[in-house]
Amino acid sequence: MEAVFLTFILMLSIFVGFELINKVPATLHTPLMSGANAISGITVVGAISLAGTGQQDLANWMGAGAVALASINVIGGYMVTDRMLAMFKKRGG
Amino acid sequence: MESSQLGIQIAYVVAAALFIFGLKLLGSAGTARRGNTLSAIGMLIAIVAALTDQGIVDYRFILGGFVIGGLIGATASRLVQMTAMPEMVALFNGFGGMASLLVGAAAISGAVGTFTLITVVLSILIGGVTFTGSLIAYGKLSETIGSGAVTFKGQQIVNSLIVIGIVASAIMFCLTPSDPVWLYTVIGLSLLFGIMLVIPIGGADMPVVISLLNSYSGLAACAAGFAVNNNILIVAGSLVGASGIILTQIMCKAMNRSLSNVLFSGFTAVSDETV
Repeated sequence: MEAVFLTFILMLSIFVGFELINKVPATLHTPLMSGANAISGITVVGAISLAGTGQQDLANWMGAGAVALASINVIGGYMVTDRMLAMFKKRGG
Repeated sequence: MESSQLGIQIAYVVAAALFIFGLKLLGSAGTARRGNTLSAIGMLIAIVAALTDQGIVDYRFILGGFVIGGLIGATASRLVQMTAMPEMVALFNGFGGMASLLVGAAAISGAVGTFTLITVVLSILIGGVTFTGSLIAYGKLSETIGSGAVTFKGQQIVNSLIVIGIVASAIMFCLTPSDPVWLYTVIGLSLLFGIMLVIPIGGADMPVVISLLNSYSGLAACAAGFAVNNNILIVAGSLVGASGIILTQIMCKAMNRSLSNVLFSGFTAVSDETV
């Protein structure tokens, strides 16, 4: 039953995702891509639970690796996006 | 549901709402920066909520991962040249894909039922393709490797064989999850397939490819969410997956081309020469 609920959530989120993006000006393509990319680092949340089991087995180490990699994606992604958008503001006045 | 679990789930709902608002605001010039900040706050809320989970008994591995990843991410995003932004995004995206691959693989021991195993395979497959595909895209844009389209005779046949191999080993893995050989085969072939997908595409088309790979990394996170039974991964992952596809299409349209034209342009160039 759990799987069915999760699939419902999946379907609705896909529709929202489709509806969110329209008529984006070309100058915003790269920042939008970068900002969305940072969100995909959400996988860090899944990695946290795997890295915190305290069992010190292979899965635990993989979880820790996933936390590190996903943190690069999240922190780097948001900071890079912010830098890009800050430049826009200056140029646009 | 325990009250602490309920609290985490409510925090995830708030985070999801902030992601949606953030993406919406990122779509217009005046509000874009605020949108990015909102989405970052959403991420912070989700991470803090995940840290309060009672299943976590040891914070050392998590902290170590955060410190290493955070330092690398922050340093790279500070030092990167403005002109080198797209390849930086590609690199970050690849790391996200690899993280989803690892989450999927680490979730195997706790996976019960065929459905979960299928989502494990999907997160490994999509994550792996995203990882190597993004690395190649990075290499082409930064001209670490040649930016030209790499094509060779029989490439399509090789690609078809890889796809068949992936499907076959994925099925074998779901049937015999205890045998690690099939898992390694799926991982290896996914990594190879990511390379094969991106090498025939020329450097000028890379921004579109990165956008597409960004969409993939969202889908990988979504599959990983199914594998570890986590709502926020599914919601945020599919948001990125869907909006990434739309953005890819918009970018193609801006270049007056179709997506298939971009993805297979390398192949048609070969067949044009032979005509």
